[in-house]
Amino acid sequence: MAKFNLKINGQKREVDVEEDTPLLWVLRDQLGLVGTKYSCGIAQCGACTVHKNGEAIFSCITPASSLTEDDITTIEGLSEEGDHPVQKAWQEVDVAQCGYCQAGQIMNAAALLNKNSAPSMDEIDDAMNRNICRCGTYHKIREAVAMAAKLK
Amino acid sequence: MATLNKPSRRDFLKIAGTTAGGLFIGFNWTSCDSPKVEVLSTEAILAQAQRFNGYLSIAPTGDIVIFSPNPELGQNIKTSFPMVVAEELDADWTKVRVVQANLDTEVYDRQLTGGSGAMPHSWERLRKAGATAKFVLVASAAKLWNVPVEEITVENGIITHQASKKSGHFGEFVAEAATMTAPEEVQLKEPKDFKIIGTAVKNVDNDAIFTGKPLFGLDFYREGMLQAMVQRPPFGMKIKSVDDSAARAIAGVKDVLVFENSVAIVGSSTWPLMKAKKVLNVSYEPDGSVESTEDHNRIFQDMIANQKGEVRREDGNVNSAFKNAAKVVVAEYQCPFLSHSPMEPMNFFAHVKGDKAELIGPTQTPDRARQTAAGILGIPPENITVEITRLGGGFGRRLAADYVAEAVQISKLTNAPVKVTWDRQDDLSGGLYRPAVRYRFEAALDGDGNMIGYKLKGAGINSGNSTRQDNFPSGAVPNLKIESVEYTSPITTNAWRAPITNFLAYAEQSFLDEVALEAGKDPVQFRLELLDQAKNSPTGEIKYDVDRMIGVIKTVAEKSNWGKNPSTKQGFSVYFSHRTYVAQVADIVQEGGTPVLKKITAATDCGIVVNPTGANHQVRGGIVDGMGHAMYGNLTFKDGLPTQKNFDTYKLIRMKEVPEVDVHYVDSGFDPTGLGEPALPPTGGAIANAIFAATGRRLRSQPFIEQEEFSDLNLVIRRA
Repeated sequence: MAKFNLKINGQKREVDVEEDTPLLWVLRDQLGLVGTKYSCGIAQCGACTVHKNGEAIFSCITPASSLTEDDITTIEGLSEEGDHPVQKAWQEVDVAQCGYCQAGQIMNAAALLNKNSAPSMDEIDDAMNRNICRCGTYHKIREAVAMAAKLK
Repeated sequence: MATLNKPSRRDFLKIAGTTAGGLFIGFNWTSCDSPKVEVLSTEAILAQAQRFNGYLSIAPTGDIVIFSPNPELGQNIKTSFPMVVAEELDADWTKVRVVQANLDTEVYDRQLTGGSGAMPHSWERLRKAGATAKFVLVASAAKLWNVPVEEITVENGIITHQASKKSGHFGEFVAEAATMTAPEEVQLKEPKDFKIIGTAVKNVDNDAIFTGKPLFGLDFYREGMLQAMVQRPPFGMKIKSVDDSAARAIAGVKDVLVFENSVAIVGSSTWPLMKAKKVLNVSYEPDGSVESTEDHNRIFQDMIANQKGEVRREDGNVNSAFKNAAKVVVAEYQCPFLSHSPMEPMNFFAHVKGDKAELIGPTQTPDRARQTAAGILGIPPENITVEITRLGGGFGRRLAADYVAEAVQISKLTNAPVKVTWDRQDDLSGGLYRPAVRYRFEAALDGDGNMIGYKLKGAGINSGNSTRQDNFPSGAVPNLKIESVEYTSPITTNAWRAPITNFLAYAEQSFLDEVALEAGKDPVQFRLELLDQAKNSPTGEIKYDVDRMIGVIKTVAEKSNWGKNPSTKQGFSVYFSHRTYVAQVADIVQEGGTPVLKKITAATDCGIVVNPTGANHQVRGGIVDGMGHAMYGNLTFKDGLPTQKNFDTYKLIRMKEVPEVDVHYVDSGFDPTGLGEPALPPTGGAIANAIFAATGRRLRSQPFIEQEEFSDLNLVIRRA
């Protein structure tokens, strides 16, 4: 076991886990931040997407112990009132079906807009291609990312 | 530790269920007219609310809680059910809170999600729940105001008597209403007067979903609970020996238990269990037939060629029709097993406490979960509570209770609260797949190209009846024989979104396309001629509405500009399943020698559309699902285990591969039918027929892209 500090959603959090524990399981099992989802565990589906210094990473394959110097943002910390432009667009477009993948989709979309505030539809497709939605809400996701870019 | 932040059924009963019949009398401590400083929590509303029926409670504040009994897995029932109750109540939707009801077989019937059946089953019940409550609220107002009931109007949660200029919100009348008995029969609204039904009411869980609140089964944690992962045997095998020394050596592993034919690893957090499962050494030995995909291919050939099927329907005399035919068309179609692969893997929480048990988690069939637990524990079902979480997808997988049984077994063995979690590999290799099926179709045409004979033989692996003998074209062909034959395999199967028809529709609609072209007829016209036959000189019983099927065909032909653009190659398909009619046209354009699927147009007749956003989600989602699995879905077996173990090899459709999907509805005015499944079946056929139109290649097996046989086509799907 190793004790180390993480900076998650602007707060210092001390954790005590095996060094190889992925951030995903530290968030879910240790810190009660269950908005970040487990689905494939091998960086194929994007349900576990969080931000490392504003960039999208797969928390399921990233050891938490490698992130002690970084700012981590999860869906719970994306905005205080759930009113980040991406969240607002997701509301407006009414994106979700089952909703399980949507936190990861939102975090990925927010990271895209951090880098590129006015993405083309092709750029949206390219960026969002790393997240799977088994319900097939892709049309709505595409529409909501484009709307979020305008809201920003 | 996070816990699901919602009132449990028991808490609710403690608060509100103090009198039989649910007539709890609230006290009027605030008025809606006074400015509200604080938004009341749902618990606070329920603490003072009167329960009118199983669906509906209203507080003196005017706040309304509507209970939605059926499990929500993305079909939007948690939003559309309450919309129907609120409609007949004439409620102000902004005052409505929705709560997922726990399992309660005394209050609700058919508390499950499956068969696209919730809305048709509950439509009238939900309307009556709203209308009877409105009736007693209006009667209360009439009594308190001493005015005739007929002079009272209700709009948006406000009861008004125009002549005396009296008005008040629902909450002001709940105390009086509690003294009244609601009538059995009430006047329901005319659909033209609907104000909530038919509008794009947003998903009631949006806030929670988009901010990462605990909602799903996997999000459930309780202080002191154990976590468990399970190693299951390959199909047709049993445990020979278990070496758990390496697994036990992983820090965080508390115990390794053998139960039934499985091995459970128990600890207090997930990651150590995942590591331990990788080093757990279980050896297996055959306990039946250990099968691979090559075995299934051989078994299919044998079933089709040599085995006598069970006759499901026989009309006229097929032998003489085929003997007298001018032309006979024969083709065989085959599909692989598929995994359901919902994004949230299987999981469940169980806490066995002596002769009682508590179950919490994602299930499409909460009563089956309870009955399964009762069977394992040997206790009465009434001693078991089931709390239904939101489901991160289901697609039929969560109709089964195998993963619930594991949680119950392990809780019993450890004498502790336990959450069982499957990893993705468990989910793909743990069974209950869409059955693999092969079909043989034969059609007899007369000299004028009329289909005078039709034969279908379905051969399935653990499929049950792999045909749907009364579906179109049955009734439209004078001589017809439909039969099925089944092989029993250790590989387990289960309903998969639009069971059987998810593949049968593709095979049949592709075959009918072959027949139409052999008959020298336009595929749309060919279907319309058959339907004309079904209408004017039907053969045997007809269990679909011919006019509604014609309606969706004509609509899709018009909306897709069927046959009007020579550079766009189109494929047509129509299917009736789960009480709903859907016709689709797929558009393929050749781009530099590559056929590119760019658009699907769909026309749906599901009767009244309750929520257009939800309906579009289901139709588009069903089409994307049908498209994705037709293109990529392939679960192959080697020695009793699937070859594909995660999403790197078991390919699901992604953003870049999704073309335009253009959705239309036929306004038939019928009561609403379900939409969770019916849009999926026609999609594969429309695509296969468009591929034929574009390339001359007839794709008689799925998947189209993820299969070596069709790799030279370079087929692509993408946004237009």
